[in-house]
Amino acid sequence: MNEINLKKIDLTTVFTVILLIIMGAVNIYSTTHADNLESPLSLNNPFGKQIVFILISIFLFLSIQLVPYKFFQKFASIVYIISILSLLGLFVFGKNINGSTAWYQIFGFGLQPSEFAKPITALALAKYLSDINANIKTIKTQFYSFLIIFVPVLLIIIQPDPGSTLIFLSFFLVFYKIGLPSIYMNFFIGFILLFFLTILLSKQTIILLILTISILTILYLKKKQKSIRKVLIYSLIFSAFVFSVDFIFNNIFEQHHRDRFNIVMNIQEDNRGIGYNTNQSKIAFASGGIIGEGFLKGLQTRGNFVPFQHTDYIFSAIGEEWGFIGASIVICLFAFLMLRISKRAELQRNLFSKIFSYSTATIIFSHFFINIGMVLGLVPTIGIPLPFFSYGGSSLLGFVLLIAIYIRLDSERTSKW
Amino acid sequence: MKDKLLPILIISSCILFILRLFWIQIIDIDNVQLSNKNSVERIYQYPERGYIYDRNNNLLVGNESFYDLMIIPKDVKEIDTIEFCRIFKINKLELIEKIIRATKYSIIKPSVFLSQISKKDFALIQEKLWKYDGFYIIRKSNRKYLTKSASNILGYISEVNDYEIKDNSYYESGELIGRQGLEKSYEIELRGIKGVKYFQKDKFNRITNSYKDGLLDTLIIPANDLRLGIDITLQRYGDSLMKNKFGSIIAIEPSSGEILSLVNSPSFNPNLLIGRNRSINYVKLKNDSIGKPLFDRGLQGQYPPGSPFKLVNGLIALQENIINNKTTIRCNEGHFYSKNRFMRCHCKIGTINNLNKAIYNSCNTFFANIYKKTLDKFPNSKLGIDNWKKHIESFGFGNYLGYDHPIGRPGLIPGSNYYDKMYPNGRWKAATTISNGIGQGEILTTPIQLANLTAIIANRGWYKTPHLVKNISKKSPKEKYTEKKFTTIDSIHFEKIIEGMFNVIQKGTAQNAKIKGIEVAGKTGTAENFIKINGNRLQLTDHSIFIGFAPKDNPKIAIAVFIENGYWGTRWAAPIASLMMESYLNKKVNRKYLERYIVNGNLMEEYKKPYLKSNFKINE
Repeated sequence: MNEINLKKIDLTTVFTVILLIIMGAVNIYSTTHADNLESPLSLNNPFGKQIVFILISIFLFLSIQLVPYKFFQKFASIVYIISILSLLGLFVFGKNINGSTAWYQIFGFGLQPSEFAKPITALALAKYLSDINANIKTIKTQFYSFLIIFVPVLLIIIQPDPGSTLIFLSFFLVFYKIGLPSIYMNFFIGFILLFFLTILLSKQTIILLILTISILTILYLKKKQKSIRKVLIYSLIFSAFVFSVDFIFNNIFEQHHRDRFNIVMNIQEDNRGIGYNTNQSKIAFASGGIIGEGFLKGLQTRGNFVPFQHTDYIFSAIGEEWGFIGASIVICLFAFLMLRISKRAELQRNLFSKIFSYSTATIIFSHFFINIGMVLGLVPTIGIPLPFFSYGGSSLLGFVLLIAIYIRLDSERTSKW
Repeated sequence: MKDKLLPILIISSCILFILRLFWIQIIDIDNVQLSNKNSVERIYQYPERGYIYDRNNNLLVGNESFYDLMIIPKDVKEIDTIEFCRIFKINKLELIEKIIRATKYSIIKPSVFLSQISKKDFALIQEKLWKYDGFYIIRKSNRKYLTKSASNILGYISEVNDYEIKDNSYYESGELIGRQGLEKSYEIELRGIKGVKYFQKDKFNRITNSYKDGLLDTLIIPANDLRLGIDITLQRYGDSLMKNKFGSIIAIEPSSGEILSLVNSPSFNPNLLIGRNRSINYVKLKNDSIGKPLFDRGLQGQYPPGSPFKLVNGLIALQENIINNKTTIRCNEGHFYSKNRFMRCHCKIGTINNLNKAIYNSCNTFFANIYKKTLDKFPNSKLGIDNWKKHIESFGFGNYLGYDHPIGRPGLIPGSNYYDKMYPNGRWKAATTISNGIGQGEILTTPIQLANLTAIIANRGWYKTPHLVKNISKKSPKEKYTEKKFTTIDSIHFEKIIEGMFNVIQKGTAQNAKIKGIEVAGKTGTAENFIKINGNRLQLTDHSIFIGFAPKDNPKIAIAVFIENGYWGTRWAAPIASLMMESYLNKKVNRKYLERYIVNGNLMEEYKKPYLKSNFKINE
């Protein structure tokens, strides 16, 4: 509220975000620009709308900077409940777009509450875990923390929007960071690895692999009874997991789910069906080459060959029009932003701010990883936006809300709490 | 670890992404780009498909232009349907259906409206075409067969199917591929390699300039012409002799292994399988269940070889020192080869045969005996029969011969494994397999294997793998076809067998195969055969078989003739073979009476028998 705090704003982060947003807008213009005479700022085309959202974002950012920082901790629970109610309200007032009921329709603009649920859940978690009575090492705290995540996840799964639910899983990184026993993380990473390995190889091979590794470990550990028991339990649980993945993949997943995995893992090729998006996006990258074809000159981009290019596949437009250099710069900008946030989170002495800052980095990272991985054909097709880049008001506002709160908390870092 | 996890994840995924970008945008770029039909247009230039000549440089297969009528639905204006249908020879319903189909495919892209229009129709269409907007003609090329014969050898071509496009990156939809015969086995030589030019397209789908200045373009590689070993005159003569008879004539030049003729009867005109009526004609040929013209009897038919096989057993017995040319065996209208088991023979009671006489009288007793002795030379029948099989296989029996035609069958030479399965627990001995001695029983051979046997005997112990193609664009054939393959039998033993074969013609079973001035050696055969109709096994009239070569010394032609249900060897097969030899060696045939008898001979009634009534007489 006072001038001193405004001066402590981390301007480097702010300018990085502004740069990303501008680059995003430029590429949204390029992907949706038609050769008609309509003004680019018309609200009938995505670019015009995005400009409106950017203006709203600036307003949102500035207002957040004027809020007393204690407000966030105090009102986190209430905001969380409002957010949950807004997700519930979708079942009554929601509008179905592309097969999922995830939007409210207000004044011709779509509003997607799940985009706001991400920063708000981060707030709620930060509040709960920074409480003096909370200890992530206890089962009770673990249970309530998981519950805070689980409620929005459940409501979003029903919409259905599987991409957004994945983002909530990234909070595990935060838990781990603040002291969740490493056994959870071991299983978490183990399960993800095993999931892909099981799809790629046969379950017999994997089980054999697990057995070999555990026998070798036991031989290495020799006579430490306790460790041996631990190894045995791990291998048993992992084997059971492999069997269940095999079962889920073949019996519970539907064919289009399997197809998405199979394409990324090169088990099957299908450039006309489900693999079309990824293939077209690869072609866009290839035609970009090193220096790119230039603004408004990408043939793939201009020809509208890449579906969802202004939203989920926006990175392919950068790849085509700005080339390897442009795309690498974007990746480096993101890396810089995320590393900076996580480094400054370390420096936070206030636990609430620390947890929230760390969540900010994690949320941005999970979006970044899944989105770019998908566009480059390394991750199965999962529709989530690229932070600050992708067209979409809710997503932009959601991320600006996230980064604005982070900046606000960060600016209080040096002041006494 | 806890503090470093997120930074490590961030940095490693950024490195991964940049490496991936590097791969897609810099290393693998051409690969991805060229698979892209949005911005790169490929234009192909096709080499003209190779010509096929016979051994005397008569052109057998060339190419002919034809025309496709293309349609672009967007440009089509109102048309006078009555005149249109008259010019293009279609009815109104077809017209509407075709326009709907083209529109469904694409409004702006051209698609084929009528394919393979002949030159004659094209002349008329060309005059009127200006009236019809949205239609235009493109010129294409297809095969033109200049002979009505040899369809089984030449094969045919047709458009590639989806599987072939998937399996082989060379082909694209609408291109032609060799489907059967030489068109298939020499597909790569005959087609050459198409040239590709890549062009950059702009966003309006227009070609702007060549892609990367033609760096990736490839040049057209012209096709090769084939010169066959086939003598088309002989092949046609064979066709005329086979009129109204089913079977095959295979003639080989023994010294080179070149196939001089490969007659399959009934045959069909190869021109039936090109042009607009291809599929209709194909179905018609396929549905001819009595004649089965698409079944190549010479290459695919597996039959018991009958008496010609006795020659091989004689050779093996000589090689294994079981007999020499003085060995005699007594025949009493047959013999007991085992307790209470009698094999009949047509020799009179008390006939004493040596090898020579046994061949020209085709004595069952003699050859069954020496076959049994060949096996019994070994401590047990297992070793005996496997040794026998080893000899037989060196003649090219029991496996694919390896000739340059895509179809064929291996035949069957039973060994100890086979009999162990048939009679488990060692319940078989040499006598059980006695029919092998006279070429009946379990043995199956194809006519081309028999022709190869004849070439081996003519060469006194070796052969070159039979092949149809003499030169590929003046180059000599593949090494595989020039290498001499030796049998396990010493060449000295062949003379004794040939002596017997010469006597078959002079005073034995095939005296009607004698040719004035040419020494012919041969062997007749008669093979029992059965058919299954509605689950009943019926015996049909015996097959008529003859193998032979001429001249006896320095042979120029070795021949195997096989006539389905021809009753006995001398009746059809032997005279047909001798007419073929005469025609090939003397370039004309003097025995007009014999020629007339053969050409007019008609076995069609015989072939219809099993389909007309259930109790019919055979061998009448």
